[in-house]
Amino acid sequence: MKADIILSGVGGQGILSIAATLGTAALQEGLNMKQSEVHGMSQRGGDVSSNMRISDKPIASDLIAKGKADVILSVEPMESLRFISYLKPDGWLITNSKPFKNIAVYPDIEEIYSEIRKIKNHIIVNADEIAAELKSLRSSNIVMLGAATPFFDINFESLKKALQSIFENKGQDVVDKNIAALEKGREFALAEIKKR
Amino acid sequence: MDKLLLLGDEAIAQAAIDAGMSGVYAYPGTPSTEITEYIQKNKIAAERKLHSEWSANEKTAMESALGMSYAGKRAMVCMKHVGLNVAADAFMNSAITGVNGGLIIVVADDPSMHSSQNEQDSRYFGDFAMMPIFEPSNQQEAYNMVYEAFDFSEHFNVPVLVRITTRLAHSRSGIERKTLKNENKNSFPGDLRQFVLLPSIAKKNYRILLGNQARLENESEHSEFNKYIRGDNKSLGIIASGIAYNYLIENFEDEKVPYPVVKISQYPLPSDMIKELYEECETILVLEEGYPFIENKLTGVLGDKKVKGRLTGDLPRDGELNPNHVAVALGIEKPITDYTPNILTGRPPALCPGCGHTDVFIAINEVMKDYGPGKVFSDIGCYTLSALAPLKSINTCVDMGASITMAKGGVDAGLKNVIAFIGDSTFTHSGMTGLLDCVYEKTPITVIISDNDTAGMTGGQSSHAEHMLYKICKGLGVEEDHIRTFTPLRKNHEEAVKILREEIEYEGVSVIIPHRECVRTLERKHKMKVKVTKMN
Repeated sequence: MKADIILSGVGGQGILSIAATLGTAALQEGLNMKQSEVHGMSQRGGDVSSNMRISDKPIASDLIAKGKADVILSVEPMESLRFISYLKPDGWLITNSKPFKNIAVYPDIEEIYSEIRKIKNHIIVNADEIAAELKSLRSSNIVMLGAATPFFDINFESLKKALQSIFENKGQDVVDKNIAALEKGREFALAEIKKR
Repeated sequence: MDKLLLLGDEAIAQAAIDAGMSGVYAYPGTPSTEITEYIQKNKIAAERKLHSEWSANEKTAMESALGMSYAGKRAMVCMKHVGLNVAADAFMNSAITGVNGGLIIVVADDPSMHSSQNEQDSRYFGDFAMMPIFEPSNQQEAYNMVYEAFDFSEHFNVPVLVRITTRLAHSRSGIERKTLKNENKNSFPGDLRQFVLLPSIAKKNYRILLGNQARLENESEHSEFNKYIRGDNKSLGIIASGIAYNYLIENFEDEKVPYPVVKISQYPLPSDMIKELYEECETILVLEEGYPFIENKLTGVLGDKKVKGRLTGDLPRDGELNPNHVAVALGIEKPITDYTPNILTGRPPALCPGCGHTDVFIAINEVMKDYGPGKVFSDIGCYTLSALAPLKSINTCVDMGASITMAKGGVDAGLKNVIAFIGDSTFTHSGMTGLLDCVYEKTPITVIISDNDTAGMTGGQSSHAEHMLYKICKGLGVEEDHIRTFTPLRKNHEEAVKILREEIEYEGVSVIIPHRECVRTLERKHKMKVKVTKMN
């Protein structure tokens, strides 16, 4: 088992919570993991990314090599394109549809979608809408994680347990909402695959 | 014991606690900050009352750690690479004093300058000081090395430099812990003049350090962290140090590397191992993160066509390595150029919405229109981002505290109506002495200490300047009438402009202290309040 995942987005969008959930779940299953993340200057509203590597074998590099990522999981559509040279030819690009506009000139969103559609395996998720239906806007990052789960081999129950331990100190309500977000995201992605 | 999921920085912190360290000293600096923050939040550290408060700068941190070592306890000091420049005086001399309690200096280098102004390689400093250097290749090794380094330091009577880089510092992995050791008891050095570096004593100590080098090298030859890994294909021999070793292994996935490899994580360099590799292989490839330190030692001035690396262009001369660079150097793959669609635009970091610095810069921009461009000297912090659009306010950022002293040099060279812009934490780090220079010479200068009660860029650590700036400036001799303050908010813009104009016109030292808390730390406090209320 091996999953090399590139997480991308904008500082403050909850990439590190996704990474923490994946990492906790991987350790629970006795898998090896390495996850590199961005601290410091770039966190000030700049683009951020994290390399998440999970394997049943020892992992050497903290960084994923270009052309080797199994999944790009992005919480922002333009940011999903920043690392596409890392995606392997049959890898999956899973991205939120909602742009985060904190720059003077944000490109035309339709052109961004059309670039994303050029990737063979892609899913565009309206994660903010799904999170809003759950009355938990802040969980849109976990909706995205859920949408990516069909594309790597990590036990879904372990991910739920990980959410329990990570969000426990914020109250059971927050835990439940995040678990619901995870499930909804997964359902959405599975439905998308079926359509094809 | 269950594995802990830790950043490289956190693994180092946990190892130091487990090894019986009594105190950590540091000034925040990416990518080293999380070491100290982990100790500040750790339960055992709290129970043991380990020292973990921030220091004013890296020099005071280094000296305090040396003092703790003098008193017999184990101490660690942490900083980013450029912080070692600030601590250099104490650092270099600590190799001459030697230690009593074990002393570790952790320096986190930032190749590719993710969050720094250069990518200097701290191994040169270790070499310069003739100190042993430990350079872990992964998080578990970082834990194991720091756990052992205290014993090593005490045994060889020398501080140990632990050199890490951004990727190791900020990458998480599962860590197995070792047994928790007791702290050392207080003790004085056997010779009460060991730390008195009078020439007569320093000469003696220096000879001890020189005499120690052969023993240290012998340790490197037999260290569990350095390995000679045999390989059948001797057309190439590979020297891989620190995390560069991982990029080598990554390229062979489940297979063994076919070439002989010397893995280096402990210095001084194990020259016997390297000579053997050199003898048995046709060419040598050196993989190292940072400067071509090992490669340069091998080839020197005369060069050696047999040796390849960053100097020969087989690997990039600057920036951090990655698995692809190594694959290209090994001839496994051709260089891959980053493909990104044209539509993709950059998203540079920016000051946060609502940040007080922004309001100060808007006022500065308005006022400086009248005095001409090129006159705003600045410093290291979030506010350095004001160099970029849309503000484009500042003209310099070099090192901690340089805003004030460079502005002074500019004035001495004939510039008029000059501003030095510095943050509160940077001011108490290295700005105060420069201000004293200005006061001493009555330099016509306007120093703006933009006070947000925190070290913001590194994530909101406490600032020594809190509630102190007025007192410090007055104490340094700035006239009370020319220490001004305002609250940087849009509604106070006119007031800010008026104060700025008055002080820029003043032919002497003025200090303006705009004061409003960092929006990030304020938000965090608010969240904590909400949490506490909920719990009640």
